[in-house]
Amino acid sequence: MPVKTIVRKGVYFDSISLMRIAEKINSISGVSDSAVIMATKENKNIISSSGLLTEEIKKASDNDLAIAVKADDEKTAASALAEAEKMLAGKKEAASSNLTAQSISQAAESYEGLNLALISVNGKYAADLAFEALEKNMNVMIFSDNVPLEKELALKKLGARKNLLVMGPDCGTCIINGAPLGFANKVNSGNVAVVGPSGTGIQEFSCLLSNLGGGISQAIGTGTRDVKDDIGAITTVQALEMLVSDAKTSVIAIISKPPQKKSMARILSAANKTGKPVVALFLGEEKELTAGNIHQAKNLYEAALKSYCLSKGESFNFVREKIYNDKISLSERIKSEKAKKNKDSKYLRGLFSGGTFASQAIRLLEPVIGGVYSNIPSSEKFKLKNSMKLEKHSIIDLGEDEFTFGRPHPMIDYSLRKKMISSEASKKEVSVMLIDIVLGYGSNMSPLADLKETLEKAVKANPALTVIAAVTGTDMDPQNRRYLIEELEKIGVMALDNNYMAAFAAGEIIRDK
Amino acid sequence: MKNKLFESRLKVVNAGLEAFAEALESNSVFTVRAIFSPPICGDSWQWSLINSKIGEINRANQKAAERVLAAQPFLTSMGKAIDMVPGMRKNLILHAGPPVTWDRMCGPMKGAVIGALIYEKMAETPAEAEKLAAGGRIKFEPCHDHCCVGPMAGIISASMPVFAVKNKKFGNWSYATMNEGLGKVLRYGAYSKDVIERLKWMENVLYPVLHRAIKALGEIDLKAMTAQALHMGDEVHNRNRAGTSLLYRTLAPAIIKTSNPAEACDCLEFINRNDHFYLNLSMAMSKASLDPAAGVKNSSLVYIMARNGTDFGIKVSALGSKWFTGPALIPDALFFAGYSKKDAAPDIGDSAITETNGLGGFAIAAAPAIVQFVGGSAGDSFNYTKKMYSITCAENNVYKIPAMDFKGTPTGIDLIKVAKTGIMPFIDTGVAHKDPGVGQVGAGVVAAPKEPFQEAFKAFVNLLKR
Repeated sequence: MPVKTIVRKGVYFDSISLMRIAEKINSISGVSDSAVIMATKENKNIISSSGLLTEEIKKASDNDLAIAVKADDEKTAASALAEAEKMLAGKKEAASSNLTAQSISQAAESYEGLNLALISVNGKYAADLAFEALEKNMNVMIFSDNVPLEKELALKKLGARKNLLVMGPDCGTCIINGAPLGFANKVNSGNVAVVGPSGTGIQEFSCLLSNLGGGISQAIGTGTRDVKDDIGAITTVQALEMLVSDAKTSVIAIISKPPQKKSMARILSAANKTGKPVVALFLGEEKELTAGNIHQAKNLYEAALKSYCLSKGESFNFVREKIYNDKISLSERIKSEKAKKNKDSKYLRGLFSGGTFASQAIRLLEPVIGGVYSNIPSSEKFKLKNSMKLEKHSIIDLGEDEFTFGRPHPMIDYSLRKKMISSEASKKEVSVMLIDIVLGYGSNMSPLADLKETLEKAVKANPALTVIAAVTGTDMDPQNRRYLIEELEKIGVMALDNNYMAAFAAGEIIRDK
Repeated sequence: MKNKLFESRLKVVNAGLEAFAEALESNSVFTVRAIFSPPICGDSWQWSLINSKIGEINRANQKAAERVLAAQPFLTSMGKAIDMVPGMRKNLILHAGPPVTWDRMCGPMKGAVIGALIYEKMAETPAEAEKLAAGGRIKFEPCHDHCCVGPMAGIISASMPVFAVKNKKFGNWSYATMNEGLGKVLRYGAYSKDVIERLKWMENVLYPVLHRAIKALGEIDLKAMTAQALHMGDEVHNRNRAGTSLLYRTLAPAIIKTSNPAEACDCLEFINRNDHFYLNLSMAMSKASLDPAAGVKNSSLVYIMARNGTDFGIKVSALGSKWFTGPALIPDALFFAGYSKKDAAPDIGDSAITETNGLGGFAIAAAPAIVQFVGGSAGDSFNYTKKMYSITCAENNVYKIPAMDFKGTPTGIDLIKVAKTGIMPFIDTGVAHKDPGVGQVGAGVVAAPKEPFQEAFKAFVNLLKR
């Protein structure tokens, strides 16, 4: 198969833009593989195994852009390269019609009142840009990951000293004054603020709340490491303190994995001091934490429901009723899915793009169906030896580093997941396939078009199979939740707008068949 | 101070993913896209060292830039190189750019050396001249190391007449030859009989005429003239039509007063027919303005950029007289009919001293007539100039751009800012044919190569460590 290459010297594009281009190119029929990379040593290593590391690219250096396409024939490869060039050129055009600056400092000098820097460059450079922004008295959201821990600590200490928020590094989602930052959904505004290190957790929480009729005042991502004692929850505590005087916020939710000990103490004390009702979800935390103004929740749905009740002045009875009614409304559907099963239908396969969803599903399902194998298992006993080879009940998080290195995040690029859906669906032992689809800004903009064929084939290939899709999103999102759910239902997929209920349905269908 | 984020209108600067900026814009959020490119050199400890001393560096750069801005360059007299230029001697040939040996010289520079040796009557034929040049008896040194500047090949030999420019603020001098015009000329490596004859005429007729006129005038304020030329559509590197006209207007009465009518007429007509006559003066003026910025402790201001058609070299204030070099690149150009990029010599000439002084490519927004070189629209030229503010220390107090509301041009290239942003100084330039004797084949633009800045960055960090 011919491989064609272009190297452009001395240009720079951020990796995610390049991955989006690679994704487009890979979708051209006749193209079997491609790489669109800055020719750093690391990137060259990544593509060497795929046979795309041509002599030309070997010679290219850090500041060079390299494009390689492997295709059925020369002509396809050439036209794919032309397409790549077109997309690269397109980027420039788009930029020229907008407000631009040569650097963060220059932006601050040229435009008055900039109050937030959103940084998503390569992690190697992100911290320096964040320092630059803090220097100019801006709050910072750092979407980038791979920022050294000591830099994160220094940034957060400086931020705390200057009374500026440092959201991140590795902060996927924020909503500030109604504006979606990073991977975020378009939700109702309201009086609930949410704080925490989990981006997808915040997305699901804010969508559930919005779909219930509640709304968000602020969503403040803190970065995944904030609740480790190395950092000591600096951002979480700072955000809680800021929310005390935010008149728009009357209820606060904290969505997190269990914080380390000292961080937990700091968070609880700060939450207590807010004087506002706080819903606390520390996913997997066993200890009882409800006390005073703090109301513990055990899963994302419960957290959203409790926040909703507090924000509307309703009693928590509503929480139990709502969950009960939701389950009842699914019972017919569950019954009919169970009826499809045969003696071979046994196992669950969960293919998730959101880590928080995978881990919530494992926690919800294990008491119902027993141990679930995973690359992020509840105990070492259930650790998958090979994350690509699923066995028995398995749920994997495709957003883990092992899958995303050199590849776009599975919320954007479905290609790996589509391959796995096809191969898993054809196995007789698979009874339920559980996937998440995350909508909103930053995510895949055409999830239906991208997934439809794969899902249709999966349903046809295995008539006993139940495919459950948990959709995180709202009807205001550019991808539109309702339309997606209706279309998925048309092709025989059980589509729900709630990860908790999706896991519940999966568990019911599998157990005691 | 209290954080007022939640009470304020959100205004975002986005660095990185375009999709995030688009999402914000589609939600009507005020969004500025900061262009990001990674640093061209330096590891994290080097950058921490720089960052820890950035206050001192910035103060030093301010001091160096103020010297540049305070310059008062005047054209005061003329003379033969041998009599005027410090260190000039009979067997010395000065050339553009950083030091280069005969065997590494590009075609146009070799051609110009051959021409100069014939002009000096040290050789009769090109073959003889080549042998002499290669033999080691003739020494080659950069113009810049002798207070001189020369366009393209930049060749100056002992008996060539030079303009003398004095920076009255600091008392330093600079020198440059008279511009020969376009077409087949020595600076593009041509050495045919007519080229040598023209040089002889310039020595025997033009030089005495101009010399007398300048004496009669006393002095000519080149800074004021350049500032006016900028208001008239020049950037005084690739376009010198306004500067030449202003100079002509100043010189004409004095020439007529001090020379016989036939010679006066010939000389005025020679200047009139050469739109680039002012270039050598804009260069000498820039050189005289920048030299006092050398040697400021901790200053990362670049006070020389120059090319010899093989290497591109820079000098940095705190790093004194040391050259830092890297390969010269081939300009992106519009070519005269019949020529293409494959005919072009790599970037050549001391004329990048104009950019170093906040003129030329840095002031391209002042020259709408030549925006074809940078994409064709006035907006393109604004963008080029605007970009240079990110890598400079100051806005010029005298050179201003009418179309940008008389904003001062970006002046005083900062090595650290270049290294950090990866934005390379932008030069607009003529392009020489790679073979000697052919002449100019086009004009266009070129970004300075990274290597000289990377080398200088290393040396600068080592200096800070001490």
